[in-house]
Amino acid sequence: MSTEALREYLAKRRKEKLQDFALPLLGIAGLLFFWWAVVAGLHVRTFIAPSPGLVAVTLVRNRAMLLRNLLPTAVEAVGGFLIGNFAAIVVAIVFVHSKILQKIFFPVAVMLNSIPVVAKAPILILIMGSGLAPKTTIAAFVCFFPTLVNMIEGLSSVDPQVMELMEIISASKAQILFKVRFYHSLPYLFSSMRIAASMCVIGAVVGEWIGSTKGIGALILQATYAFDTGLLYSAILMSTLLAGAFFVVIAYFEKITIVWPSERSH
Amino acid sequence: MSDALQQQGINAVLDAEACIRCRDVSVTFFKGRQSVSAIEGLTLDVKRGEFLALLGPSGCGKSTLLRLVSGLVAPSAGKIDVLGGSPVAARHRRDIGFVFQDAALLPWRTALENVALPLEVSQGDQRQRLQRCQEMLDFMGLGARQDAYPHELSGGMRQRVSIARALVSNPKILLMDEPFAALDEITRDRLNEELRRIWKQTGVTILFVTHGIYEAAYLGQRVLMLAANPGRVKEFVPVELPEDRTLRIRESREFVELAGRLRSSMESGS
Repeated sequence: MSTEALREYLAKRRKEKLQDFALPLLGIAGLLFFWWAVVAGLHVRTFIAPSPGLVAVTLVRNRAMLLRNLLPTAVEAVGGFLIGNFAAIVVAIVFVHSKILQKIFFPVAVMLNSIPVVAKAPILILIMGSGLAPKTTIAAFVCFFPTLVNMIEGLSSVDPQVMELMEIISASKAQILFKVRFYHSLPYLFSSMRIAASMCVIGAVVGEWIGSTKGIGALILQATYAFDTGLLYSAILMSTLLAGAFFVVIAYFEKITIVWPSERSH
Repeated sequence: MSDALQQQGINAVLDAEACIRCRDVSVTFFKGRQSVSAIEGLTLDVKRGEFLALLGPSGCGKSTLLRLVSGLVAPSAGKIDVLGGSPVAARHRRDIGFVFQDAALLPWRTALENVALPLEVSQGDQRQRLQRCQEMLDFMGLGARQDAYPHELSGGMRQRVSIARALVSNPKILLMDEPFAALDEITRDRLNEELRRIWKQTGVTILFVTHGIYEAAYLGQRVLMLAANPGRVKEFVPVELPEDRTLRIRESREFVELAGRLRSSMESGS
C-alpha cells in the first residue's frame, strides 16, 4: 500500500473513532437543549417540570442525601440480580436434565412471571415486612424469568454433533454440563443479564414505592407529593445512572469472558 | 512419529483378524406413527487395519452404520461385534474415534484444549496428557497453532484438529462421517493424502463414509457400495491400486476404470 493511501486510511479511521465518541454526546446535548427550550420557551412552571439547570443544581446541593438513598437501592438491585440469576441458572440446569420437572414447573414459572411487578410487591411486603428483603426479592423475581428462559435455551441448544462426540468419548452427564453445556450457555446468560441489569433496578425502585422510607423509590414518591420536581428528576437520574453503570459492568465481563464468536452475543 | 503410534502400527500388522463383524443387522427407527427401516440385513466383516470406504446415495444408512459400530445406535435385529465384544464396551474402552462432517470443535477451547477433551474426560496423568496432545497436533502438522481458537483456523485446519482429537486416545477404529465434504477441493485433496499417511503410520482401522466416488476410490482398500431405502449392502468393490499412491493416480487408466465401475454400481437400480 502506498503511504498516501495508508495516511488516508488512518485519517478515515481516526475520524470514525472520533464520531463514535462525539455523536452520542451530541445526542445527549441535543436532548438537554430541547428540554431547556421547551421549559423556558413555554414558561412551564417548576412544579410541573424543572429546567435542566435546576436539576443540576439539585444534584449538586443534595448529593449526600441522594447517594445515601442510592445505596439501599443499589444493594437491593445487585442482591436481587445475583439471587435471581443464580436461582434461574440452578432451575434451568434441573429442567434441562429432567423433562418431567420442566413440564410440571415451567408453566408455574410462566404464571408467576405474568403477575405484574406492582402486584407482586405488596404481596411480598406483607409477607416479608419492610426491610431490604422484600425489595431484593422483587428485584430477584424480575431477573429470574428472562435468565431462566435464556439458560434453558442455552444449555439445551448444543450442536447435536458435539453431544454425540461427548457420548462417544463416554463423558458423564456432569462432564457434559461443565465442559459443554455451561460454556455454550454463557452468551445466552450474558444476553439475559444485560437486560436484567436495568430490570433489577426497576424492581428495587418499584418495591420501595410500596413500602419504604429510604431508597430512590421512596425519594421519588416523596418528591412527587411535595411537587419538588428538581429532586424528582434528580432521583430518576440517579436510578438511571445506577442501571447504566450496572449494564456497563455486565458488558465488560461479557467482553472478557466470551472470547469466541457466538451467534448469541451482541 | 511417536513410539506409541509405531507400536500401534505393529500391533495392527500382527493380528489381522476381523475387528468389526456384523451379521444380518437391521436398524428400525420410529418416526411419528411409522417405523422406518434405516438398515436391513447388513452383513459385513472389517479386518483389523483395513481402510474401508462406504459409498452410497443419501438415505443408504451410512451414518447409521457408523453409529451402530460406535454403539450409539443399537441394532433392532442381528448381531454386531466390535473388537470381540459389544460396540458400547469398545466405546467405553476408548477404542473408537469419531470424526464428524463439521469439525465439531468447542469454540471456547484452543486447538490443544480441544484435542485434550477425550483424555480429560477419561482422567489420566495430567503431564503425560499434555505431551500426548502436543504430539498429536504435531503429527497433524498443527504444532505451531496449538493455542489458536477454532475460529482462527481454516476449515481444513479445524478438521485436522478434530482428527487429532479422534486419534489422541489411541483408538483401534476410526469412524469418519463425510469428514471432508464441507471443504474446498484443494484442501480435500491434501487431507485425503494425509489421511492415507495417518492410516499407514498408525495402523488404525478406518471406516470412511463419503458421497464422493473419487474420494472412495482413492482412499479405500475396499469400497462398500450401499443401496438406499432401506440401507443395505449392494456390493463390495475391491480397490486394486498400488498401496503407495499419490493423488496423481487419479489420472491413471486403472483409477478411471475403477471410478467408472463405482459410478455404474451407484447408478444401477437394485
